[in-house]
Amino acid sequence: MAQASEVAPVVAGSKPPRSLGSLYRSMELDTRLLGMLIALIVMWIGFDRLSGGLFLTSPNLWNLSVQSSAVAVMATGMVLIIVSRNIDLSVGSILGLTGYTMAMVQAVWIPTTLHLGWEQPYTFLVALVVGITLGALIGGFQGVIIAYIGVPSFIVTLGGLLVWRGLVFEIQQGQTISPIDKTFTIIGGGLPDGALGEVSWIVAALLCVGIVFMMWSSRRRSRTYGFPVRPLWSAILISVVGCAGVLAAVWVVTEGYAWPPLLAHKYAIEHHVAEPAGGLQIPVGLAVPVLILLVVALVMTLIATRRRFGRYVFAIGGNPEAAELAGINTRRTILGTYVIMGILCAISGAIQTARLGSGVTSLGTSDELSVIAAAVIGGTSFTGGIGTIPGAILGAVVMQTLRSGMLTLKVDSPIQDLVVGSVLVAAVAVNTVIGRRAK
Amino acid sequence: MSMETNQQPPLVLMRDMRVSFGGVHAVNDVTVDLRAGEVVGLVGGNGAGKSTLMRALSGAHPADGGQIFINGQPVIIPNPRAAKDYGIETIYQTLALADNVDAAANMFLGRELTTRVGSLDDAAMESATRKVIGRLNPNFKNFKTPVVSLSGGQRQSVAIARAVHFNAKILIMDEPTAALGPAETAQVRDLIKQLKSEGIGIFLISHDIHDVFDLADRISVMLHGKLVGTVNKQEVTTDEVLAMIIMGKLPTEVTQRDLASLHG
Repeated sequence: MAQASEVAPVVAGSKPPRSLGSLYRSMELDTRLLGMLIALIVMWIGFDRLSGGLFLTSPNLWNLSVQSSAVAVMATGMVLIIVSRNIDLSVGSILGLTGYTMAMVQAVWIPTTLHLGWEQPYTFLVALVVGITLGALIGGFQGVIIAYIGVPSFIVTLGGLLVWRGLVFEIQQGQTISPIDKTFTIIGGGLPDGALGEVSWIVAALLCVGIVFMMWSSRRRSRTYGFPVRPLWSAILISVVGCAGVLAAVWVVTEGYAWPPLLAHKYAIEHHVAEPAGGLQIPVGLAVPVLILLVVALVMTLIATRRRFGRYVFAIGGNPEAAELAGINTRRTILGTYVIMGILCAISGAIQTARLGSGVTSLGTSDELSVIAAAVIGGTSFTGGIGTIPGAILGAVVMQTLRSGMLTLKVDSPIQDLVVGSVLVAAVAVNTVIGRRAK
Repeated sequence: MSMETNQQPPLVLMRDMRVSFGGVHAVNDVTVDLRAGEVVGLVGGNGAGKSTLMRALSGAHPADGGQIFINGQPVIIPNPRAAKDYGIETIYQTLALADNVDAAANMFLGRELTTRVGSLDDAAMESATRKVIGRLNPNFKNFKTPVVSLSGGQRQSVAIARAVHFNAKILIMDEPTAALGPAETAQVRDLIKQLKSEGIGIFLISHDIHDVFDLADRISVMLHGKLVGTVNKQEVTTDEVLAMIIMGKLPTEVTQRDLASLHG
């Protein structure tokens, strides 16, 4: 099959776009994601108006970013699970068990059981490795039952929801475990050490370089093979808007948000810094959980879109029989999604335990609902085969915005549940209608 | 048949094949063979066991009994991957496409091209897909859209492209023209003739007796899970094959009254 004719280069970018519609199409944007982003901005402005300017403040947005991160980390894994037509109801309990275990490692097992002392330089690392390994093992255990024995994932993880939570209470008779190792608490994003300060600008610069590089490399690859190339003006526009968004976000939490006066005062005294009138201004910067989320998002996006494993997850979701007939090891792939989910639960467990500063038995209770809702609001379809990592992260932010916004407006908790539940169903209804029209 | 006179072993020999579904013998002691550069038509009514027999060869549903030989060597085909390793490619009646991904992702499903660091080389896959499908179906344009939004003929092109791209030695085509219009059907016929001339052996399952007569060298007829017989196309008429399909009678057994009743 060698004498293939040369593919005629398609001219999409060379002629000027005629209408607004074709202008938009030539930008090759994800309509659903863009719609969500717009909905999110509308919600932010709405809450800000209704609360008389209390919502769009640097401290509030910073808190929003930290609170969203813990759920968003898990939501990226839930996308793969739901895309392959499964579900994981046990994420909150896995988070609880791994978080509690990590607290035990640093507050009981290392200092007391093993007599190695408190605040060792390796304590946080041992705790993390133990927690993440445990998460992977739990996920793998559930995955084996689902993929190789064939028990429906709903049942297996419903059992897991009860079993792993029950285990948490068995470890130390339901006690609250503290104190947490100082280095470990950085993971939680608490001030003063849990935010990056001016270093955030380096993260911002890296993100901008990443955006530009992505645009450039996709254009270069398309051109190598003579495919339609995204027009230059569109690539530049997306790069500029993307970089501007990154810089604005970092500006808000860095230049726009300083340490609380008391904390800054304490710092000035401890470091013998002269305090100017009005107090020392120390920028807060991106919280460590947000940094963790950025890394998780990057890795998970690569797994989902650039690796065979991710391709197989989507193929299985689209047509399990076709995936099997194509020679894909579907069982191993499903197992893999649960191992990843377990690891992400442990990462989120580390963030939340560090944030609380102690190991508590109730950590992560009903998080499975937030995580599933985030993935689903973010466009992941329960019919399988459809979903994106950035969508799930946006979904987590939307969920957290609703919660935090209503808290700002002092809405009662039952009414909050009512609104969040309705938004969840409405979002999926919109997705379903869009999906039906796309066919 | 005449295979004993040939020195070379057949490309494929499936001997005494048996497949049962919970006590029902879907395929019962069936023996068929296929030579390189030959098209063997596999015909029979609904539930005759043609597809089930071929699913045993493609690894989709392993047989319960019998032996498969490829180039005279006994082989075991427990799953689709094993079949592909022996150069067996299949175009399923259902097409077996992942609806939510594009043509290139389907064509390379399970055999993706990767870059040096192991990430998917989508551009290279799309390029190869454009070349292969461009030959099969010059009107095919939607390389970026999920295959669910393609027409029946376009989807068929993707399934066929997937089967022919990986240098198959043995091709199983289960109703390859069922979803196609006249022009596309003609293209598939041309393709089958071309692949045959390249030395590929093809099992062709079809309901359309005229398709089979046009393309096949030999015709194996199945009825109720059993093989009625295998005949050379040159030595039989369509009516005689119809008698095999419907009555299970070989041309040597069939009477003029039987043949007349086919049209009654």
